Amino acid sequence: MTDSKRKQDIINRGIDRRSFIKWSSLLTGTLLGPGVMVSCDGNNSPTASSSAGEKIIRTGCPAHNCGGKCLLKVHVKDGIITRIETDDRQGDSIADPQLRACLRGRSYRKRQYHPDRLKYPLLRTGERGEAKFKKISWDEAYDIMHREISAVISRYGNSAIHVPYGTGSYTNTNGRWPAARLMNMLGGYLGYYNSYSWACTNIATPTMFGTLASGNQRQDWMNSRYILMWGWNPAEMKDGTNSDYFIRKARENGARVVCIDPRMTPSAVALADEWIAIRPGTDVAMMSAMAWVIITEGLEDNEFIQKCCSGYDSSTMPEGFEDEEAYKDYILGSSDGIPKTPEWAEKITAVPSATIKRIAREYATTSPAVLYQGYGMQRRAYGEQVVRAGATLAAITGNIGIPGGWASGLAGQAGGGPFWTVFPSGKNPVKARIPVYLWTEAVMKGTEMGPEHGIRGADSLDNNIKLIWSVASNILVNQHGNINRTVEILKDPDLLDFIIVQDNFLTPSAKYADLVLPACTQFETWGIEDGWKYGEEVFLTPQIVEPPFETKSDYSICAGLAERFGIYDKFTEGGRTEKDWVAWFVDEIYRKTRFSDMPPFRKFAASNAGVYTKPVNKPRVAFTDFVKDPENKPLNTPSGKIEIFSTELHNAGQPDEVPAVPKYIREWDNPFDEKADKYPLQAMGHHYNPRVHSTHHNNEWTMNAFPQRVFINPIDARNRNIKNGDEVLIWNERGRMRLKCRITRKMMPGVVDIPQGAWYDPDEDGIDRGGNVNILTSERWTPFARGNAQHTIMVNMRKA
Amino acid sequence: MRRYGFYIDTAHCSGCKTCQIACQDKNDLYPELIWRKVLDIEGGEWEEDEETYKNYPFAYHLSISCNHCSEPLCVHACPTQAMHVTDIGSVGIDESKCIGCGYCTWACPYDAPRLNKKTGRMSKCDMCYDKVINNENPICVDSCPMRALDFGYLDDLEARYGDKKSIFPLVAEDLTGPSMVINPHRDSEKAGEGNSEIANREEL
Repeated sequence: MTDSKRKQDIINRGIDRRSFIKWSSLLTGTLLGPGVMVSCDGNNSPTASSSAGEKIIRTGCPAHNCGGKCLLKVHVKDGIITRIETDDRQGDSIADPQLRACLRGRSYRKRQYHPDRLKYPLLRTGERGEAKFKKISWDEAYDIMHREISAVISRYGNSAIHVPYGTGSYTNTNGRWPAARLMNMLGGYLGYYNSYSWACTNIATPTMFGTLASGNQRQDWMNSRYILMWGWNPAEMKDGTNSDYFIRKARENGARVVCIDPRMTPSAVALADEWIAIRPGTDVAMMSAMAWVIITEGLEDNEFIQKCCSGYDSSTMPEGFEDEEAYKDYILGSSDGIPKTPEWAEKITAVPSATIKRIAREYATTSPAVLYQGYGMQRRAYGEQVVRAGATLAAITGNIGIPGGWASGLAGQAGGGPFWTVFPSGKNPVKARIPVYLWTEAVMKGTEMGPEHGIRGADSLDNNIKLIWSVASNILVNQHGNINRTVEILKDPDLLDFIIVQDNFLTPSAKYADLVLPACTQFETWGIEDGWKYGEEVFLTPQIVEPPFETKSDYSICAGLAERFGIYDKFTEGGRTEKDWVAWFVDEIYRKTRFSDMPPFRKFAASNAGVYTKPVNKPRVAFTDFVKDPENKPLNTPSGKIEIFSTELHNAGQPDEVPAVPKYIREWDNPFDEKADKYPLQAMGHHYNPRVHSTHHNNEWTMNAFPQRVFINPIDARNRNIKNGDEVLIWNERGRMRLKCRITRKMMPGVVDIPQGAWYDPDEDGIDRGGNVNILTSERWTPFARGNAQHTIMVNMRKA
Repeated sequence: MRRYGFYIDTAHCSGCKTCQIACQDKNDLYPELIWRKVLDIEGGEWEEDEETYKNYPFAYHLSISCNHCSEPLCVHACPTQAMHVTDIGSVGIDESKCIGCGYCTWACPYDAPRLNKKTGRMSKCDMCYDKVINNENPICVDSCPMRALDFGYLDDLEARYGDKKSIFPLVAEDLTGPSMVINPHRDSEKAGEGNSEIANREEL
């Protein structure tokens, strides 16, 4: 029956099964059987329409390190949040765009009013990890904390205490900063450097440029004619609110946009003219082959290279290193006998050589061009290399220091900008710091760690970590590599004397705590925060509703503990509340430095604006001064130039793993070795739309929209007789998981994707049912940055 | 009466479902009750060529809810006349008349009416009637981080964006006269050539 016949049937004689119409009859099932009648249960949920007594408060979206920072319009009635809208400021220009919240912000009520919110302090009664606790009072909780922290300080010293990395909450007064302040006042704690997000780019970028601020302001993308989104997926992980939207506008402005990624990401679909699938961990091979094309076809910018770069070829080598291998030697193969041709790269990357040649020519000749590097590819075995290889392509094509170009690397905003922690945590009297990813090493054998483990500030550690106070962090279990290993470390009472976890929920990490402290959400206290990586704005986040049950803000928790230690006045500067601190930040810091035109706190708060923005009419371009006058405005590198050959890396003395020029190095787990017979699939764990890392994993709205699954290419599924929606078992030498699959053509063959951040949920056999990729990942760190290489994993898979 | 309509820019939709969630939040919908939904369309094949691939598949996203059609089949199909055309030309449900029989869902080619299991009544996008009569856009429209949705008088939208109203997998527009305009994704024509599918049925 044709659709139009069905239509006439419906109009003429009502509906029956024959007249059932659905889009192209593709939805074979129906959500509703015929004649379904459900009685009304009388429990209509209250409507959220605006009505009398409702207040609308503008505020910054709760900060969970999501990659953006947006404005919310929060409707509150009778002390309850009833609806969440977003930025509706007039104009919405490129210079001052609306800061529209994504699904995570819009769905926040499902997190805010989740029945599993922690309500009371909890003390462990079972074994660590068993999640058996008893409710205790705050008085008892403070007594225990005071006792345990004091005991560890007197037994071992302050350096046995660790306040780990964590980005679950950070609006200056919230998150780990107050805990860091308190510990610093109590004699310090073992600190860390680097992050789980971008350890390699954080360390590698300055080896090229002497700075992390290698990015132009994003409005400058409108000047670009060609944009390579390399492993970069702003439509999903944001990387600055509006980065995805700005790419759209740049494309409308004439830029051709190409996405290179193992997944056909939302960015590839919605932002790019072309998508190229590349095997994970092989990006440097393609970049090197692009350099080969550029060099052999004479497309390099020789004037720029001679003026601004060090180590490109024998004529630009730094003094004293003339006989070392220059970048051009490596690319042409004159040093190792392997020319890095597109044909060479094709076998490694699975990108056709013709495509590599074309992209190389397009990038080198469509000036100015952006090569934007995502961060996933630097959370890999030799993540330092990809950062330097990408930036080298920008350098040899002269795309640095010019409008519409892009230097690559970490690309923090030129002239400074976001991620500004103004909360005064104070100076840490314990000088030693560990690379952030090596905290499990410091628990097990801290006293054996030295410079070879990247220890900074001291030659070695005095202590193993004996007490952990984890605030707004899920790295203890969920987000660290190799969960089966981590939980054994946490369970061992001989290693850690005491574990404190402070959070909104009983996370997989909190289940391993001895003491759990219930923190309130950011809607329930005052805070302030600037943008994420880019932009010129400050968000005020006032207290909108009361903290429920016995929850307290992170700052209040620390102030209460400070009282036990007799330093309440010192810690609170004479009794400052969260709001007092925010007022002080606005009036004494922000207004006196970066934002002189910002209204004073009293006026800002009374205006209910929620955000102060400084329009970006003339976007700053990184390295403008240097490029104009490299002699007199040198970079902060040993040579003063862009170091394609890094003397610092050369002096590291590990040429195989830390070469002085960027090289493709085969990863330790890869699809090419014999080991791939056993574990033939590469696995990745991308940043997933419904979550921010592990935050929002229990959000019913976002997780119903995007359930946790493993994404598999149809070819890999067919070879294993796996059907869409099947439960599959995925395993390697470190762990096993079982979860549902989605077969999708968006995945590259040979690669499976298990979105990172799902909550670890083992069954009695130790098989994770939560879909946490870290059951498969490794604790092994990268050779120079000592960063996490969690995306370098090989797995096997079968139908469960 | 001038009709209102939605503009749906499938070329720039990233499939993030912020529109879907904004709608659920405004209307207090439980997680499985989805009024504005986002289809993931996939098509094409991976064609292996020794160690590389000579062809890649394609994909695009389509955000869709009730299209408040000029010939709403749901209204024709409703035995109690609960489903009706409102004074602003949108299609609404009079809950006091609805018996939850679901015939409207059968009739709708866009799968818009959904049973609200909590009330036993049918439910669907009401075009944010309360907002539209106050000259505001429906909640989904201004939620879009990509600015890929728009709303207004249909003739204005057609003048601005063209009059395309059907791409794969939607039915031909003359069936119900949907009040919408679509900017087609560059690959939507390929999808019409076969071997394409709605890939995220379990999410809808």
